[in-house]
Amino acid sequence: MFKKSILLTFIISMVITTNANAGEEVNVYSYRQPFLVKPLFDLFTKDTGIKVNVVFAKKGMAERLAREGKYSPADVLLTTDISRLIELHDRNLLQTFNSSIINKAVPNQYRAQDDTWFALTTRVRNIYSAKRLGHIDINYEDLADIKYKGRICTRSGKHPYNVALVASMIAEHGEAQTLIWLEKVKANLARKPQGSDRAQVQAIHQNFCDISLGNSYYFGKMLNDDKQKIWAEAVNINFPNQKNRGAHVNISGMALAKYSPNQENAKALMEFLVSKPAQQLYAETNMEYPVRVDVKPSALVASWGEFKADDLSLEAIAKHRKTALKLIDKAQFDL
Amino acid sequence: MLYAGINASGDLFNHLWQTVLPSYISNTLLLGIMVVVLTLVFGISSAALIVHTNIVAKNLLRWLLILPLAMPAYLVAYLYTDLFDYAGPVQRTLRHGFNWQSPNDYYFFDIRTLLGAAIIIALVLFPYVYMLTRTAFEQQDQNLLRAGRLLGLTEQQSFIKIALPLARPAIAVAASLVLMETLADFATVQYFAVNTLTTAIYDTWLGYGELASANALASILMLFILFAVVTEQRARAQKNHQSNRPDTEREIIQLSKAQQLLASSFCWFLAFAGFILPFALLIIMAIDYSNTEQLFKLLPTGMNSIKIALYTATLSTLIALVLGLYQRLSTDSWRDMPQKISGFGYAIPGTVLAMAMLATFGPIDHGLNYLAELWQFKQPGLILSGSIFAIIFALIVRFAAIANGTISSGLDQIPKSLDYAPTSLGAGLGKTLKQIHLPLLKPSILVAWLLVFVEAMKELPAVLLLRPFNFETLSTQVYQLISDEMLEQGALGAILIVLLGLLPIIWLNKEPKKHRQSTGFHKKHSFQQNKETL
Repeated sequence: MFKKSILLTFIISMVITTNANAGEEVNVYSYRQPFLVKPLFDLFTKDTGIKVNVVFAKKGMAERLAREGKYSPADVLLTTDISRLIELHDRNLLQTFNSSIINKAVPNQYRAQDDTWFALTTRVRNIYSAKRLGHIDINYEDLADIKYKGRICTRSGKHPYNVALVASMIAEHGEAQTLIWLEKVKANLARKPQGSDRAQVQAIHQNFCDISLGNSYYFGKMLNDDKQKIWAEAVNINFPNQKNRGAHVNISGMALAKYSPNQENAKALMEFLVSKPAQQLYAETNMEYPVRVDVKPSALVASWGEFKADDLSLEAIAKHRKTALKLIDKAQFDL
Repeated sequence: MLYAGINASGDLFNHLWQTVLPSYISNTLLLGIMVVVLTLVFGISSAALIVHTNIVAKNLLRWLLILPLAMPAYLVAYLYTDLFDYAGPVQRTLRHGFNWQSPNDYYFFDIRTLLGAAIIIALVLFPYVYMLTRTAFEQQDQNLLRAGRLLGLTEQQSFIKIALPLARPAIAVAASLVLMETLADFATVQYFAVNTLTTAIYDTWLGYGELASANALASILMLFILFAVVTEQRARAQKNHQSNRPDTEREIIQLSKAQQLLASSFCWFLAFAGFILPFALLIIMAIDYSNTEQLFKLLPTGMNSIKIALYTATLSTLIALVLGLYQRLSTDSWRDMPQKISGFGYAIPGTVLAMAMLATFGPIDHGLNYLAELWQFKQPGLILSGSIFAIIFALIVRFAAIANGTISSGLDQIPKSLDYAPTSLGAGLGKTLKQIHLPLLKPSILVAWLLVFVEAMKELPAVLLLRPFNFETLSTQVYQLISDEMLEQGALGAILIVLLGLLPIIWLNKEPKKHRQSTGFHKKHSFQQNKETL
């Protein structure tokens, strides 16, 4: 009986695995959590009748794409960080999208020079500070100040968001200075780097530390979460370096896969995501800054005030990424 | 992989060596040693107490102690950190109660350390040692123990000098499984901010973008394991343990009241910390945050998980059976090789293994498509590397060690004389296997199937990377939520993972009673053993 049931499950499996592809569709490889973009995809499907298929993974997506080569089913790629876009670009996994709609909607600074990728939203690497410190005017450089000894919390130095920040420091101050800065910040940490950006805010709430690094949208998301609201209410969100080069900004972005089998649909999805209604929805649900200048961020995000962004090009940040990683290792930041 | 590793760029390797690698390696070694020691202490002592003493609530504990196996380590890590962290309820209550203001006012152990990680991993992995050791104890020839007693050994001495050494093959298999699982772990150590060799593999591959160097590091990891396993095999190669009479009456050591209390609190602690507490936390969260609508939404996802676990478990067990019997019955001098080689997959981190699958099946798919084009058929696309075929294959490779280890330690318990006796009486090989080996192996087959099923249910990284479009399993779903600090919303899915892992355990526990009256001698005999195994 046992053997028969094995045989049976097997046969069923073979039938199930052969998936029929029917109708109009577009396939997305996503570094983003699918539930963050699902409302947008649903709207897109409603408007156009094109079905959106998603597979999500943070690790190894570029590798998978490369191995699949010209038979890859992927049409578009969604990422949460500039370095992943550059990696895809450098491995020759992208193609140009040639769209005047996208070029008009997305400012120059947030598009690849060769039209292979573009940003959908921007996010600031903020410095959160305990409310008990009152209003502070802070630069990333100040994190190395001895007065914060034992009062700073952060996630792993090797997280892409922190690596990009270190890369921007290298672009500004050079390698040697950045290493000294990293070592001093490391000496100021309240604990070994761990957890997520939200966990650091939680630690401030618990009086474990006073200062943390975190992306802007987490503040909004925590304020909208029953459990995390009290964490967020314990901190101020600060935009660093306002009196000099401006705050470090990263992007969530999109690109067209080199061997996209449904190019027309892919292009339709890309153009839809930079359209005004989509940008509006994206900004509202994810608390990020829309890349379109004519779409306002959500009321909550806008209430944090205007800020000056570092105008260093994203490609320059990506260029220093590997050096940044090496410096982080050298400073033994995570150990 | 090794080949690619040798060609790795020396630069990056030098850099890593001068900065972080020494500390990663020492962390890896320490973690491995601590977890193995802890699981051995937990597993062997609980197995001994259950089999050899009159501990209270024995029948309940006997299978409660298996349950931690259904708990994914990363989940327990999240739950316990939530509980014991500075911001968690335990420390909050303490601060509130004693009016402490900051972390400097008092001492509390830090769970996010090497030791914390080792304890958490050991708590969910010790059932391997427990199950395999217990099976070994139960199948031991009691006459040997009795002979020991007659020669003047005390109960304790005869246990240490006879029962324990006899169980050594099983303990060794379990310990090497634990070691491999520990070394391949990424999620738990990452959450605990403990950097190991696996961290280095991911850093070099995903951070520095150097797959070759990552492979080199993975090869170092494999060497560690190779060394451990080979040393162990050498050590027991000369000793041949077989028992002829597995089902003789057992002598039970009578414990005093105080001993009983101590022994049962130890076992209850293991069951509590490894399963009951984390499971209760999940249920509380699920009640607070979930509703039935969410449950229905999770059902198709659950079906995907079951599907994958079912195929993986069944195929792995069949393969292990074939390999095991081949190794046992063949006279080929290389007969050990396939089994040994296939065992190492368990130590490869899931993501790295997934990459290897793409590297293997990618070209095959390309070849197939090329042929299809040539013969003007419709191109099939990525039918192997882009479907659940790749996932199942990856999981079979990963969990082959579990199936192989369990089956081969089961085979070791069958006396060699049985291989030849029936043949000498004129029975063919097929008949011998069917009537002698398979019935005797049934407990091991079931344990192997069960272990792989539970593991496949929990597996995350390989499924995450290899899955086709819109294909979610429970573990990918839960992972997405908890990696965004939304543990509460993931609780329901996590409960399903645990429950689905438990089902086969409970089912196997019930099964024997139903069959016992209606079947012939052989079946009766073997099912009784099943029951004892679980």
